[in-house]
Amino acid sequence: MGLELYLDLLSQPCRAVYIFAKKNGIAFELRTVELLKGQHVSKGFLPANSPQMVPVLKDGDFVLHQSVAILIYLSCKYQTADHWYPPDLQARARIHEYLGWHADFIRGTFGVCLWTKVIAPLVGVQVPEEKVKRNRAAVDWALQLLEDQFLGDKAFLTGQRVTLADLMALEELMQVVALRNDVFEGRPRLAAWRGRVEAVLGADLCQETHGPILNILEQAANKQLPQIPPEAHPLMLLRLSRIP
Amino acid sequence: MGLELYLDLLSQPCRAVYIFAKKNGIPFELRTVELLKGQHLSDAFVQVNPLKKVPALKDGDFTLTESVAILLYLTRKFKVPDHWYPQELQARARVDEYMAWQHTTLRKNCLRTLWYKVMFPVFLGEPVSPETLAATLAELDATLQIFEDNSFRTRALPGGPHISLADLVAITELMHPVGAGCQIFESRPKLAAWSQRVEAAVGSLLFREAHEVILKASDFPPADASVKQKLMPRVLAMIQ
Repeated sequence: MGLELYLDLLSQPCRAVYIFAKKNGIAFELRTVELLKGQHVSKGFLPANSPQMVPVLKDGDFVLHQSVAILIYLSCKYQTADHWYPPDLQARARIHEYLGWHADFIRGTFGVCLWTKVIAPLVGVQVPEEKVKRNRAAVDWALQLLEDQFLGDKAFLTGQRVTLADLMALEELMQVVALRNDVFEGRPRLAAWRGRVEAVLGADLCQETHGPILNILEQAANKQLPQIPPEAHPLMLLRLSRIP
Repeated sequence: MGLELYLDLLSQPCRAVYIFAKKNGIPFELRTVELLKGQHLSDAFVQVNPLKKVPALKDGDFTLTESVAILLYLTRKFKVPDHWYPQELQARARVDEYMAWQHTTLRKNCLRTLWYKVMFPVFLGEPVSPETLAATLAELDATLQIFEDNSFRTRALPGGPHISLADLVAITELMHPVGAGCQIFESRPKLAAWSQRVEAAVGSLLFREAHEVILKASDFPPADASVKQKLMPRVLAMIQ
């Protein structure tokens, strides 16, 4: 059995993995795990004994979680172009530096808007306005650091070439954009960076990858989203309760 | 100028970097940045890390922050034994997987436990509601269960044949709740056995030296008003 990737393109880290694999011509079987249908908590959608999360990589008997680990695994195994994960000591260190910061300041923060605007209503709760505001402020603060401390005057986040760091960042920002907070408006440097990353990836691949999340609010408005099954509610309510 | 490491052993990632450098005989100048005195907020340190966080590394003109980045940099630059971060693709992916998992789960639980149980009431003189403390400890417990069950497939971790970066970042993290007075190993024999193996692999002397500060956390003298005022906004941001 070849490479399998278990993904839902509504998830930012899943999109980073998807876009990386596609862009680099890595052959894989896509196993779609629809989070809104609770497929991550039902049996049969994820590899056996897997924690209830995506993305997951399965390569023969080897099962791997965590987007960063998956991206590094793919870049090493398939010997993708150096610029994605450069062998140079300092250049690679910059990528890990960014990813460490990203885990603290971006990862748990930029995904919140999907939960407050789409998932909360589907499971019948409302996230308090105070938390929504706090999240918005945290997003703004992180964007400022992203622009000033990381991007600066460079073409990409860690240097003059696109890397894994740019993919992880772009997908998080797209989540917020899709939920109607255009973070690129009024931030010309970030907007130009987005343009450069998307130019590398190609318009078609971006459209294909971002399509589902960019349509999510419209689908919600038209009541086209699936019913979240009751067995998935507890996990989703727990996640919602953890929004700071 | 050789290698400089900006650390405070109160911080769990700093302890991982410290132990790693010492254990592997990497020569460095220790630049202590006392967090509880707010030295990370000083103008001098902002020159090193504008994000005002430790650990930070300076190697000549090259400055690097974030513990995982620093550990991987040291691993590659000083050609340490392979078991820390194996060349073999799958073994290495396990280490990456664990470190990524920990960063968004265990890390926060351990940090909150220390602050809500000890640092807020003792050091900052701020009461913590019993509900907040109970919820924090329950979350820690749930995460430790995942950790011990190995259901996260951290096969590189408890049970791996050799110590890796994953073990090191895990143990230094878990010593935070221990420093807060939580008996996390008592009812978890697998976890306890693993922690003893890690301590033995690191060497007891070095392990104890690195953890001396955190194990005295409940004896820290209360912060004076000006320090408290300086630290409070960042503490609150960090804890959320």
